[in-house]
Amino acid sequence: MSNKWILRGVRPLGGEATTLYVDNGVLVDEDPVGAQEFDAHGLIALPGLVDLHTHLREPGREDAETVETGTLAAALGGFTAVHAMANTEPVADVAGVVEQVWRLGQDAGHCDVHPVGAVTVGLKGEQLAELGAMAESAARVRVFSDDGKCVHDAMLMRRALEYLRAFDGVIAQHAQDPRLTDGAQMNEGIESARLGLAGWPAVAEEAIIARDCLLAAHVGGRVHFCHVSTAGSVELVRWAKSKGWNVTAEVTPHHLFLTDEVVASYDPVFKVNPPLRTAEDVAALRAGLADGTIDAVATDHAPHPLEDKETEWAAAAFGMTGLETALSVVAAAMVETGLLDWAGVADRMSIRPAQIGRLGSQGQLLTPGAPANLVLVDADSTWLVEPAHSASRSRNTPFAGRTLPARIVATFLRGRATVLDGKPA
Amino acid sequence: MNRHLLSAADLSRDDALLVLDTAEELARLADRPIKKLPTLRGRTVVNLFFEDSTRTRTSFEVAAKRLSADVINFSAKGSSVSKGESLKDTALTLEAMGADAVVVRHGASGAPHRLANWIHGSVVNAGDGTHEHPTQALLDAFTMRQRLGRLEGLQVAVVGDVLHSRVARSNVLLLHTLGADVTLVAPPTLLPVGVEAWPCAVSFDLDGVLPKSDVVMMLRVQRERMHGGFFPTTREYSRRYGLDARRMAALPEDAIVMHPGPMNRGVEIAAEVADSVRSTIVEQVANGVSVRMAVLYLLLGGQLADTAEAAA
Repeated sequence: MSNKWILRGVRPLGGEATTLYVDNGVLVDEDPVGAQEFDAHGLIALPGLVDLHTHLREPGREDAETVETGTLAAALGGFTAVHAMANTEPVADVAGVVEQVWRLGQDAGHCDVHPVGAVTVGLKGEQLAELGAMAESAARVRVFSDDGKCVHDAMLMRRALEYLRAFDGVIAQHAQDPRLTDGAQMNEGIESARLGLAGWPAVAEEAIIARDCLLAAHVGGRVHFCHVSTAGSVELVRWAKSKGWNVTAEVTPHHLFLTDEVVASYDPVFKVNPPLRTAEDVAALRAGLADGTIDAVATDHAPHPLEDKETEWAAAAFGMTGLETALSVVAAAMVETGLLDWAGVADRMSIRPAQIGRLGSQGQLLTPGAPANLVLVDADSTWLVEPAHSASRSRNTPFAGRTLPARIVATFLRGRATVLDGKPA
Repeated sequence: MNRHLLSAADLSRDDALLVLDTAEELARLADRPIKKLPTLRGRTVVNLFFEDSTRTRTSFEVAAKRLSADVINFSAKGSSVSKGESLKDTALTLEAMGADAVVVRHGASGAPHRLANWIHGSVVNAGDGTHEHPTQALLDAFTMRQRLGRLEGLQVAVVGDVLHSRVARSNVLLLHTLGADVTLVAPPTLLPVGVEAWPCAVSFDLDGVLPKSDVVMMLRVQRERMHGGFFPTTREYSRRYGLDARRMAALPEDAIVMHPGPMNRGVEIAAEVADSVRSTIVEQVANGVSVRMAVLYLLLGGQLADTAEAAA
């Protein structure tokens, strides 16, 4: 298929209609010879979305997702780059595993795959993994995380933050004090008291965030907080940023949209780590994302096979899929509410996550010379979320049966269409 | 009534009174030489117990048999969370056997709600994790009404490990529906965060609550809590929150003492209290059968008039 495109009538970042030209993988300022015309009237163009937090499950849990299926779902959701979390089997804690995942991404070709390296060997929280080897590998890892587990040992966290300064890496911390969340099942509050499910207090997240802000400041390291979920976390990040410390944070679409009241069904499709919180937390997260305290939306796409969710609540796995619904949920939570415009969405879902991940060729504004990584969105149409139609191998979306705004029409990766007319190209 | 009994909150005031009144009528059967009614003949009731509970299972079994239902005891202990046969597969098996009602006891909160999605029969929650135990609350209310003649305006103290108690949750909801005033009494570590939204009062001081209580319900302290750091020692718990003879003397004259069993004599309740005339513990067991008969009977669509005729 052609890699030369003329996108007529398109509205970059939701602004004035114009024409974009694509040639040889980059945006150019005039009509390339032999280009394919694409009628983009009324469509909004955003830089290709960048996810800081994706579970592709390969190697090890190919029954839940593979790099092929996960990245196809990503492209259909408008992403041109994803960060693949390290909690695979084997764990991505050595150069060999991150290079394997990186190559699987290259072979699939639906979007760039940037492996996240584990902070500690086997995610055990005891000994630093070979962070430098992963950074220098073909995968060029810059984001390190024990996601799913918290780096809870304060000394180990300090050393990791210090060590990564040598190659500008960042620790993406899963902030969860393990002792305060032993056996925890859902947000601790009115709903957990009523439902008789063990509570997961906000302080278990906030205490680690407060500690790590102070550690990052002390050693001059760079810390990023995964999936912040409470009003208190937003306050702490705002405070750390006001000090000028090198702190960033992400929020998931589901934490921007759903509250713990949905747990009353005991349907484990709503079971997630960190748990869904209260309406006050949702409001604070939205405000934090709007004012830039929270830098990025990240999906925490966590596919699980049906048998791990069709159980009683306590036995079910934590996690929700999210790649295909992320932009639509952000449109509903942030754009339709007037909290963010489309330029703001581009900033939080592409530009800033690319900066945090140090991805040079992603998250660029749509100007001539920039890599042609972009997504075309029909903001005026709605669609019904039907799990059976998902490109992911798993079906655990909490938005099943909901009608959401904003449909992805096309995704381009370095000028090559990965999605056209809402379908794999 | 709803098709299922999953939570005490499923019962409106009228529903709850209907269960209690029906139970009262059915209780008279127990005094007859032949205790059996033909009402549920040909219907199948499955007792699905994922946790050991001989007393609750037996109570449901006797209740179903007195209504002439076929009873299947399906003991599935250890096969759920430990990834043996899944809850769903168990449900499909029971469905294939044609269960009209499934009485379920499970260690996971909400398991009966999940089960109700997968089978067509009625689901009766016989205790789910730390969530609810609605038939226990019904038999407790039945016992209070029997002893004290009313429920409206009764002052009920529920004492002990509220955090992990399904009995406490169901009792607070049902007693509120029926117009009684509940005060939960516990050390702060054994009250859930969020308890402030419950329709009841909360106190940390048992001695302050006892003189104005018509009913004191003592909750069992589970052995694992004793070692879980919720309180310093069993002796200290017993001193602060145990009901002994000295404390019992502070109760109003007609007040009763209840316990859902099994008791830890000498921990939450002293032997002399458990065996005193105020104690309703043995009546609670007897009333459990009548109340569970009423629940099965009403959920499976029995007609009260038919029963009366059949019994006549």
